[in-house]
Amino acid sequence: MNRRTPEPGSWLGIPEFPRAAKASLQDAEQRKNLTHATTTIRAKRVVRASEVPEWEELRTAAAQIKDRVARHLEQYLLQAEEAMTAAGVTVHWARDAADANRIVADIAKAKGVDEVVKIKSMVTQEIDLNEYLEAEGIAAWETDLAELIVQLGHDLPSHILVPAIHRNRSEVREIFKEEMGRYGRPAPEPISDEPSELAEAARLHLREKFLRSKMAVSGGNFIVADTGTLVIVESEGNGRMCLTLPETLVSVVGIEKVLPTLEDLEVFLKLLPRSSTGERMNPYTSMWTGVTPGDGPQDLHVVLLDNGRTNVLADPDGRAALRCIRCSACLNICPVYERVGGHAYGSPYPGPIGAILGPQLRGMGDANTRALPFASTLCGACNDVCPVRIPFTDILVHLRHKAVEHKTAKHPTGEQLLMKGAGWVMKDGRNLASVQLGTRFAGRVLRGKSLGPMPIPLASRWLQARDVEAPPTQTFRQWWKDEHEGGAK
Amino acid sequence: MNASPHVALFATCITDTMKPSVPIATVKLLERLGCRVSYPERQTCCGQIMTNTGYWDEAVPTVRNYVRSFEDYDYIVAPSGSCVGSVREQHPMLARHAGDAGLERDATAAASRTYELSEFLVDVLGVTDVGAYFPHRVTYHPPCHSVRIAKVGDRPLRLLREVRGIDLIDLPKAEECCGFGGTFSVKNPDVSIAMASDKARHVRTTGAEYLVAGDHACLMNIGGVLHRGRSGVKTIHLAEILAATEEDAR
Ligand code: SF4
Repeated sequence: MNRRTPEPGSWLGIPEFPRAAKASLQDAEQRKNLTHATTTIRAKRVVRASEVPEWEELRTAAAQIKDRVARHLEQYLLQAEEAMTAAGVTVHWARDAADANRIVADIAKAKGVDEVVKIKSMVTQEIDLNEYLEAEGIAAWETDLAELIVQLGHDLPSHILVPAIHRNRSEVREIFKEEMGRYGRPAPEPISDEPSELAEAARLHLREKFLRSKMAVSGGNFIVADTGTLVIVESEGNGRMCLTLPETLVSVVGIEKVLPTLEDLEVFLKLLPRSSTGERMNPYTSMWTGVTPGDGPQDLHVVLLDNGRTNVLADPDGRAALRCIRCSACLNICPVYERVGGHAYGSPYPGPIGAILGPQLRGMGDANTRALPFASTLCGACNDVCPVRIPFTDILVHLRHKAVEHKTAKHPTGEQLLMKGAGWVMKDGRNLASVQLGTRFAGRVLRGKSLGPMPIPLASRWLQARDVEAPPTQTFRQWWKDEHEGGAK
Repeated sequence: MNASPHVALFATCITDTMKPSVPIATVKLLERLGCRVSYPERQTCCGQIMTNTGYWDEAVPTVRNYVRSFEDYDYIVAPSGSCVGSVREQHPMLARHAGDAGLERDATAAASRTYELSEFLVDVLGVTDVGAYFPHRVTYHPPCHSVRIAKVGDRPLRLLREVRGIDLIDLPKAEECCGFGGTFSVKNPDVSIAMASDKARHVRTTGAEYLVAGDHACLMNIGGVLHRGRSGVKTIHLAEILAATEEDAR
């Protein structure tokens, strides 16, 4: 098949989280890159957050605003549609990925373009827009530096903000050297792995596309309902190019991105850069309200996308996940993400937010998605950094419960039997005491020896790396009895 | 502070069964500080192994049992931030799940009377110097649930700093999870081991003789890796250090 853009990697071949994670853990280079990157950005975030005396109040305000939007979503969306339409924007509604992809492709075809430039956007990753457009004969060019690295590398994104976080600069150099020439202006020769040289190569490669493209596709960080203003924050200026140069701009935006007023936006513009890149202010904030004759794109479209979001909204114990502003602080702080990277999560949304959003957006139908809520130690580090106070640990446990209900709906499982057993033991102190007779007996047999590697199902997973002390011959319960025989309770 | 508070010990199923020296130390410590200690024998567990694995129906009877076991006591003290966190955050939620408003009310009330050991010492008894003596090089790991769910803050460190003879060394990346996570360690064994190994490595760099924490589960996890690696670093529960005195040392 004759493709115009590099063929990306596929989420489909990625196994269930535990197995995918095992493979990632063995990639020493990637682990080093990730530890380095996450450690650096974590430290920056802490400093930037601590500079703001009202940080905790801002987080509360952000959570409250997002919750208010969720409670009255229909009203704010209709208000946003009305304001945008009045400002000259064509508003489209998309129930799912297929709807949204078709709408974007139809606009491109109507305009007669066969290529578009793209601003980094999570939602177009979610709906796999690039591949849809490719199949329709329209080339979609990523213009964010890290997205470019992923696209040219036939790769998949592994981080919300830094999709090529798993790559280091010598890998980037190889990718640029090999691939740029196939899809446009080649990288200058010779090229080193100095960041400035790599950035220059990207600049030259992309400029060609910026100047040529007649249509751009973006996501959107926020839509202000009462003015119909779209907001995009970015760091590189590539977004500004896409938003101002082409004739036509199509923005695909999740329905949860709407905010009531410009005043509400202020809260998020303070929280977002400090939480995500560890900057006080993001370098480029673009805000536009409809068409301005003679200035910028003259044909504006906004595609409002559901794609499972109303299902999330319908669950009172899970809907806080819709507050997410995609800052990626939860990924950067997550000890599981740090070691495993993003690909093991099997979707463009990795890390803690992926573990709570994916299963809600996609449902619990497949085993890979059901494994995600279990891909966490529940350490709660994400709870503390999330700028919109998403209660991750509560939602993870809630989704585990849903996953179990799904798994055990048709027939009982071995795990269920174990848990039922545990439930019986812990129902009453007498039951626990009778089980303790067994552990005490085991203790007498083992006589204080510690347990090493052993081929016992489940236990071997523990014992492969850890020794375990033999159970004691006396439990606390027994000690207490002996001490207080005949005495007070 | 009451003249002599009457405390119900929540021994927690794991230390009751696998590490009785921890609840025994807790009893000794509390009695030394003038408390009257009871052990309601009906008690079992906080239920989080079931709750966190997704088996809520199986965990509800544990909540009922907890409420009944401790209904007569004003102070319920446990040597585990994780179990206390579960009692506070999950018991009322499980009662709601069971659709039992009475249980929710009782569980919320019991939770409000439940203290992690360091909280009880610092906030209720008002002491940081508990008269302990432990002449060793020690490093402290703050268990995630004690910090982020039970929110004990720096109370364990404040108590440890007052221990006579102790040489307390900072643990690098102390706030990072040890990778235990209950059934996580079985469902995602490779990630769990990677985390536990990193934690054990940080412990070794301190040159400490003892790794201390307020949760036995973390100690089992990190200690298991340390023991396998023949590192010679021993693990000890916060209660055991605080209970230790000069007489014990002799
Ligand atoms: S869930 Fe919170 S911390 Fe994670 S990306 Fe979204 S806003 Fe940021």
